[in-house]
Amino acid sequence: MLTLTCPCCGVKAEESELHGGGEAHLTRFGPGSSEEEFHDYLFARENAKGVHFERWRHVHGCGKWFHAARCTATLQVFGTYSAQTTEPPADLLATIREKRPGWSWRDFS
Amino acid sequence: MSEAVTAMQMAEFDGLCRVADAGLQGMIVLRGDLGSDALRSAVQDLTGAGVPKVRRVLSKGTFSVLWMSPDELMILCPYAQADAHVATLAKALEGQQALVANLSDARAVFALTGAGLREVVAKVAPIDMAPGAFGPGDIRRTRFAQVSAAVWMTDDTSARVVCFRSVAEYMFNLLRTAAHPGAGVGFF
Repeated sequence: MLTLTCPCCGVKAEESELHGGGEAHLTRFGPGSSEEEFHDYLFARENAKGVHFERWRHVHGCGKWFHAARCTATLQVFGTYSAQTTEPPADLLATIREKRPGWSWRDFS
Repeated sequence: MSEAVTAMQMAEFDGLCRVADAGLQGMIVLRGDLGSDALRSAVQDLTGAGVPKVRRVLSKGTFSVLWMSPDELMILCPYAQADAHVATLAKALEGQQALVANLSDARAVFALTGAGLREVVAKVAPIDMAPGAFGPGDIRRTRFAQVSAAVWMTDDTSARVVCFRSVAEYMFNLLRTAAHPGAGVGFF
């Protein structure tokens, strides 16, 4: 069972009261972008085995979106953080570096 | 105006705890910046209870103020007074970015009473119902089996469950099943 702590209301929520929102930190390419950029924005995903950053919504609870960092292979949760950001917080990245030396995900490592 | 009735028409059930339709309840939803002075004083002036902290409930007289999310409160009041209180709040919050609406008829409220209620709730919702973890003054929004709901305790042996009116029958049958006299676990 995946248990994530919602940073908006502080509840330790189990997976069944949350809704997954796919990969986090996507940059939107809309009108004016190239076909390749738009294609990658729509379809290209990390699909990581290991450390992954995702969007989740506390759908049966406070209803807010947040971000989570977890391992897709072991379900280990490294932390959750606000959705109002473009990159993971520095202390969370430090935690992941300590627990998973050599990891990388897009431009983060 | 037509005669207002609750979804479950005052149905009740006695088992591990008593499950009953709580009757008509005024419910005002207030969305806005819960930290703003304008909103805080508007809620204080109307209810006398003030704005509760995260996942808490404050009550005073006929009013209860429930923390629903970082930008949402639910104010409980007598059913017949809800429209008047909505008007008062809307006037107090004029010019602010806030939304006030009377959603009394959009929801169903159930009253659970009896020592067995912790067990009944714990069976159907992913909440730690241990006496030290959840008690009077706490509110939790979560799912009850397959539907969204909010639950709070008014004292040690009574709680309220609120859900959408459209799933009231599902909720009543669910609570009734969980409270069946032969279904006790004796965990708490």
